[in-house]
Amino acid sequence: MTAIDLGLPQLGGLDGVPTTDEPQKAKEYKSDQEVRWCPGCGDYVVLNAVQSFLPSLGLKRENIVFVSGIGCSSRFPYYMNTYGVHSIHGRAPAIATGLAVTRPDLSVWVVTGDGDALSIGGNHLIHTLRRNVNLKILLFNNRIYGLTKGQYSPTSEEGKVTKSTPMGSLDHPFNPVSLALGAEGTFVARALDSDRKGLTEVLRQAAEHRGSALVEIYQNCPIFNDGAFDVLKEQGEAERRLIPLEHGKPIRFGAEGEFGVVRSGFGSLEVAKVADVGEDALVTHDAHTDDPSYAFALSRLSTQDLSHTVTGVFRSVRRATYDDTARAQVQQAQDAKPADLGKLLHGRETWTVA
Amino acid sequence: MSTSVEGGTGNGANPGPNGHRTEVTKLDRVVIRFAGDSGDGMQLTGDRFTSEAAAFGNDLATLPNFPAEIRAPQGTLPGVSSFQLHFADYDILTPGDRPDVLVAMNPAALKANVKDLPRGGTLIVNTDEFTKRNLTKVGYESNPLESHELEDYLVHEVAMATLTQGALADTGLGKKDAERCKNMFALGLLSWMYHRPTEGTERFLREKFAKKPDLAEANILAFRAGWNYGETTEAFASTFQVAPAKLPRGTYRQITGNTALAYGLIAASQQAKLPMLLGTYPITPASDILHELSKHKNFGITTFQAEDEIAGIAAALGASYGGRLGVTSTSGPGVALKSETIGLAVMTELPLVIIDVQRGGPSTGLPTKTEQADLLQAMYGRNGESPVPIVAPRSPADCFDAAVEAVRIALKYRTPVMLLSDGAIANGSEPWLIPDVEELPDLTVKFASAPNAMDGSDEFWPYVRDTETLAREWAIPGTPGLQHRIGGLEKADGAGNISYDPDNHDRMVRLRQSKVDGVDVARLAVDDPSGEARVLALGWGSSYGPIGAACRRVRKSGMKIAQAHLRHLNPFPANLGDVLRAYDTVVVPEMNLGQLSLLLRGRYLVDVRSYTKVAGLPFKAEELADVFTNVINDSEGTDSANEHQLAATEAHE
Repeated sequence: MTAIDLGLPQLGGLDGVPTTDEPQKAKEYKSDQEVRWCPGCGDYVVLNAVQSFLPSLGLKRENIVFVSGIGCSSRFPYYMNTYGVHSIHGRAPAIATGLAVTRPDLSVWVVTGDGDALSIGGNHLIHTLRRNVNLKILLFNNRIYGLTKGQYSPTSEEGKVTKSTPMGSLDHPFNPVSLALGAEGTFVARALDSDRKGLTEVLRQAAEHRGSALVEIYQNCPIFNDGAFDVLKEQGEAERRLIPLEHGKPIRFGAEGEFGVVRSGFGSLEVAKVADVGEDALVTHDAHTDDPSYAFALSRLSTQDLSHTVTGVFRSVRRATYDDTARAQVQQAQDAKPADLGKLLHGRETWTVA
Repeated sequence: MSTSVEGGTGNGANPGPNGHRTEVTKLDRVVIRFAGDSGDGMQLTGDRFTSEAAAFGNDLATLPNFPAEIRAPQGTLPGVSSFQLHFADYDILTPGDRPDVLVAMNPAALKANVKDLPRGGTLIVNTDEFTKRNLTKVGYESNPLESHELEDYLVHEVAMATLTQGALADTGLGKKDAERCKNMFALGLLSWMYHRPTEGTERFLREKFAKKPDLAEANILAFRAGWNYGETTEAFASTFQVAPAKLPRGTYRQITGNTALAYGLIAASQQAKLPMLLGTYPITPASDILHELSKHKNFGITTFQAEDEIAGIAAALGASYGGRLGVTSTSGPGVALKSETIGLAVMTELPLVIIDVQRGGPSTGLPTKTEQADLLQAMYGRNGESPVPIVAPRSPADCFDAAVEAVRIALKYRTPVMLLSDGAIANGSEPWLIPDVEELPDLTVKFASAPNAMDGSDEFWPYVRDTETLAREWAIPGTPGLQHRIGGLEKADGAGNISYDPDNHDRMVRLRQSKVDGVDVARLAVDDPSGEARVLALGWGSSYGPIGAACRRVRKSGMKIAQAHLRHLNPFPANLGDVLRAYDTVVVPEMNLGQLSLLLRGRYLVDVRSYTKVAGLPFKAEELADVFTNVINDSEGTDSANEHQLAATEAHE
């Protein structure tokens, strides 16, 4: 088999999507449908953040599409005054792939949840990431099944007592960021629903990325898993647990910046007190590191019990996208050979009956 | 084979170049079966002979038959691969019931196929493989070539491997590589026997082995050696001529069902001016559609080999949503996986073509064998009331028209359409009267471009329908002002917002059904030359050939029978009920346990006589002719001597 060098993309994430000079407002992105999430649901916060953020991209609203699967978060497209498809459980990345490959003039967003993306749709998620289709995937992780009323999800912590696990869950959970990096996702990030600023910044970078961008958003379910991320929001707790990443800066956290991340063992990373290791030992975050092992090591600092949670952009690298290269092949074929239907149908060997 | 119906006549003689006289017998048709080990290249040999027959202008039909294993253990019965070819000087309908000539490359091929060879048939055997070990492997206690076992046949023993190795002795090719060319020796011998043109095969071999000219020359040498063997030895008393067929005027080519289907999709995509996306996952026997389409990206075709069956159809639906022609191809197990997405396409009312190249089931079943048992799956295999139009091609070449028709319905009515091909016509081939591109139907579509809200607002309502077709408007992303949301939840009639209103759901279910019921399908044509038949043979899909050939036999024997064949399984043609009621008896042969019969009885309250078989192989014309004869006798009240046979027929139900 011959391998063909497909080259590196020189495009930005939104190149090819028509823009407008008309100033846009968040309000224009709200549909006329009444939002039907439970009061206090984290989804409201994310919806507002997305609606407030999209105008800054300056894209024509009709060239934005939201595709979702099934679950609470998958109702998202109904509330966006853009084009939208509320599809079937787990399949949103696959539907969005077909759309993105054939329509380079669209900015395609996938909205999914921990059950939708990681359980029933796990296969589509990893394959979309490895292909690097130009999609922005927002994975709302509330660590529970909400729409089916409270069963454990593939991100629920071990031992979790739910309706379907009265004696505690036996499943070892996925770390969605680790999973995405294992699939060699070219853009992988995490944000908290409560951190509007951090979330918006991650969304901005995701939009600008050419290729698949996976953004895991920790999102509170006030009905079936209330307070799941509270320790990351409480003053005094949050500072020593959250490890925010900023490209080009040493990884340092804590109320006084007293903690940092240092290298340890075989390519892994660990948290240390800056006082013990010295500032020079701190790892400087490089999201553009091509080898996903580094970002993976970062993702392993997050633990089930949230004693540490890394946020921000873990990885942002350039790799040819599936949709760009698929279109390039079609173009190449069209340039090489005109589409002559009559000639095709005749083929090479014909005979004539007079 | 019923020679009185389709047998050969006439003969002549001509002296061969070496002086000995070889009879030339003129035949109107011949069936040849090449059989060997999976590694013997029988499919290639058959393909080449087919091309020669096509180039010569015969009508033809082929039936490849091979195991699902790529290389089953060598020399064993499960490893036998065969290719049957029927060619004639008139229009034929099937690959033939039984071979007139069987080429057996080893004992396994002989054992697996000789029972199909009628008495007096010609048997050409590669004796080199008839070793004690190979014989034992397939349960022969003694060599059948040395016993009386084959005395009913005209046996030609040819040491093909030895002769091939001898012919290639000077090429420098190793013994084993030389031996591998023996299939071309067999092809050469048969080409001589049937006066076939040879230039095409030599050109083909040069192109196939363009990068290995040594192998090209070796294969050509073997091919010529086979030809010369026939020419120079006196082993063969006669050669045979089958004149070109008198087919309708026009330009023809040979084509397989999968290729014709792929071409039909390309043509439809061009006629619709919509780039196509094929989202698919490899599966036997549908993969060749993917292979073919992936070669024609210059027609604006994107082929997406997805991670699974579901992603294949999902990507196709995503492309449809974006205003492209979304197509997915699979076989029965794949349809099972795609069902939920087909339901989404029904609910979102988007065009989509789902190709099911049926194979033996259930489950993995018989991957390389044919069956028609997915009809009810196509019809009902989804949750909820989920109507989908169904189109079925009746022959390899007809796959082209059926594909165009499936796309036409999908686009016009904004609906998923099932296209039910099957293994027999997918891999089988026949001559195809190449259509004039200028005469293909116009399939262009109109996307929505303006708000259409029925409340006078400037909104776009996705579920406002065309009053005639009931199709909703197709508003594609990128169209300003028409932003809207669709999805799998029930939608309010018109506005398209989520609605759980009981009356609305009832209305929407009925609207979706009415839309499919109202698809414009052609009236069912009935072929009844006498105009007096009291029995109708009704079929669908690939059984057209055997049913048609059986009807010819029955008519030739002086009886009357009408034939009709369904291209549209959903909705049925409007006149189907009248057609059914116009006959005393309707007999419905199917390669399933009576799925069409069930639909007909349920829809029209007309009983039909179901004849069914699920052997993984097409019906034989002879078998169906017997069935029809019995039904006619039964219908006329004449107590036929074959009563017990009819009982046996019914036992299949």
